[in-house]
Amino acid sequence: MPDWLAHIAVAMPPTQALFGQLLIGLINGAFYAMLSLGLAVIFGMLNIINFAHGAQYMLGAFCAWFALDYLGIGYWPSLILAPIAVAAIGIALERLLLRHIYRLDHLYGLLLTFGVALIIEGVLRNYYGSSGQPYSIPRELTGARNLGFMFLPNYRAWVIFASLAVCFGTWFLIERTRLGSYLRAATENPSLVQAFGINVPRMVTLTYGFGAGLAALAGVLAAPIYQVSPLMGSDIIVVVFAVVVIGGMGSIVGAVASGFVLGVVEGLTKVFYPEASNTVIFVVMAIVLLVKPAGFFGRTV
Amino acid sequence: MRMKLLLAAVAAVALSAAGAEAQSSGPVKIGVLNDMSSLYADIGGKGSVVAAEMAAEDAGPVLGQKVQIISADHQNKPDVGAAIARQWYDENGVDAITDVPTSSVALAVNEVAREKKKIALFVGPASSDLTGPKCNAYAASWVYDTYSLAHVTGGAVVKSGGNTWFFITADYAFGHALERDTADVVKAAGGTVVGDVQVPLNTADFSSYLLQAQASKAKIIGLANAGGDTINSIKQGAEFGITEGGQKFAGLLIFTSDVHSLGLKAAQGLQLTAPFYHDMNAETRAFSKRFSDRFGRPPTFDQAGVYSAVAHYLKAIKAIGTKDPDKVMAEMRKLPINDFMTKNGKLREDGRVVRDMYLFEVKKPSESKGEWDMLKLIETVPGDQAFRPLDKGDCPLVKKG
Repeated sequence: MPDWLAHIAVAMPPTQALFGQLLIGLINGAFYAMLSLGLAVIFGMLNIINFAHGAQYMLGAFCAWFALDYLGIGYWPSLILAPIAVAAIGIALERLLLRHIYRLDHLYGLLLTFGVALIIEGVLRNYYGSSGQPYSIPRELTGARNLGFMFLPNYRAWVIFASLAVCFGTWFLIERTRLGSYLRAATENPSLVQAFGINVPRMVTLTYGFGAGLAALAGVLAAPIYQVSPLMGSDIIVVVFAVVVIGGMGSIVGAVASGFVLGVVEGLTKVFYPEASNTVIFVVMAIVLLVKPAGFFGRTV
Repeated sequence: MRMKLLLAAVAAVALSAAGAEAQSSGPVKIGVLNDMSSLYADIGGKGSVVAAEMAAEDAGPVLGQKVQIISADHQNKPDVGAAIARQWYDENGVDAITDVPTSSVALAVNEVAREKKKIALFVGPASSDLTGPKCNAYAASWVYDTYSLAHVTGGAVVKSGGNTWFFITADYAFGHALERDTADVVKAAGGTVVGDVQVPLNTADFSSYLLQAQASKAKIIGLANAGGDTINSIKQGAEFGITEGGQKFAGLLIFTSDVHSLGLKAAQGLQLTAPFYHDMNAETRAFSKRFSDRFGRPPTFDQAGVYSAVAHYLKAIKAIGTKDPDKVMAEMRKLPINDFMTKNGKLREDGRVVRDMYLFEVKKPSESKGEWDMLKLIETVPGDQAFRPLDKGDCPLVKKG
């Protein structure tokens, strides 16, 4: 019997424990979904591969921590304030830098946002170190309930709920409202939409800000679970990119669905063959790229 | 084009000449090689460079010249670490490399040092294999190892009734060595290991592994990991009600930077083993004051250990007036190690520095008087009990008697 097969046979947990692991996978999937959602929106509407997304997620968590530590502003206001602050930073970034490279190859946007991410991360690391700041769970959500098959912390239940709400809201906004239809039209043919009297550049700016704000919201949600650390963004961003590729670049439904599914896949790997847990997503990505290069929900280019 | 080529050739010749010159007679040059940017950066990182610089300044001129300190980030990758070590020894005239946390990188650098017959002063890496099967006449393991962590912390936990263990282990050389050494202690005391899980280095979410540990019903969850991984395990363990369920964490390697990052509320009651704590006595406080005036926070035991190692190395060179690696190693073994953190330490032939180790407990928030007032001393363990006996490590340099 090969080594990994023996591993699976030994590690086979009772069904009850398996439910617990599935739920954990869903919780992590909630973060993947929220982050890949923002990336998909930005890529779908602006054609920018936003490598600063991880840094914006990290900035969201840091904003929440700053607000609590220096201003005494708690978790709930931070859920709104931090995304607004990070969206403002995103808007400035779009106006000052990104605007100039829309006509160039994708690669330039990727390099630019990657560079910006490295700078933000480096500056914060210089001042706050790498091991992170503690941020406690809001009082209303402390504790846990015993579901019989596992101990579910209330806060994690809230994360799943919040993530589903945000994902649905964003999908609805873009696919089902008038504003969303302008946005989609502007992606297809900006000059025509502009001819109808719609300020396309401003819409693009706001879209980027919205995407950055989504990342920051995920960051605030993540703050009480992980340490608020300058590295938290770069740790997760590579995985999130793989999620977006698997779902199909630019597809909102694809980003959300593959986020949750891959969270579960990763969760199960952690039980059966933990050594592979941080590579399994890339294995899936490689297979998807071979079989269906546009991703599960992507349009063929 | 021809001009460019010519310039390049000139530069190459000039560089190689400089390298050759530096090796024979230049100033003593020490390279600090560690993790500057990732999960172990707060343990050593730039603070280790500051510590090495302080040791160099305190030593004054050595062999008539100012000691030079250079540094690099090995990114926790053995291939990167080995390549830098090779370049430093061969081309940059580095006489000794120090710190090198992350055991997998240290094991690679250890082989480079052996091949080049150059000195490596390991402070950060913990794997006891560095002074065991992989021991090297040109290397020293300065402050601690997995054997001593296992014996002091593991021994104390088993003694207080923790006799069934589940390990959450970092999946590389260090985690494996730490789990192995601790499991030995547990079994020798009549306890059992009911399970383990190997987790990739630098993992953000431990909840899945914590659930497995919870399901194992072991009394003690042994954390054979370090830095950010330990912090996340303990923090998320609180969320999943590990301690409320009657299980306890045994953090086998915890640095003061980890405790600071977790906060006393989450970390209180944890026992940990260390060779140094900044608030132990007048001498450690004096050093830590100087260090934190320059660096902004008190030293971890890794950073303090870098000072100790560099200071002893320079002392040996001064005593014999040469930086020849063989002679310096012999002198370092001969001289007793005495400084703010070491009392009559001794460098053994297998590369192990034998020193006292201390068992600490993290204070309750109510007991702490300030941001960095974190630990209380429980027990002092003499070096000959904390470290592996010389003849038990399978080090080829030790003659079997």
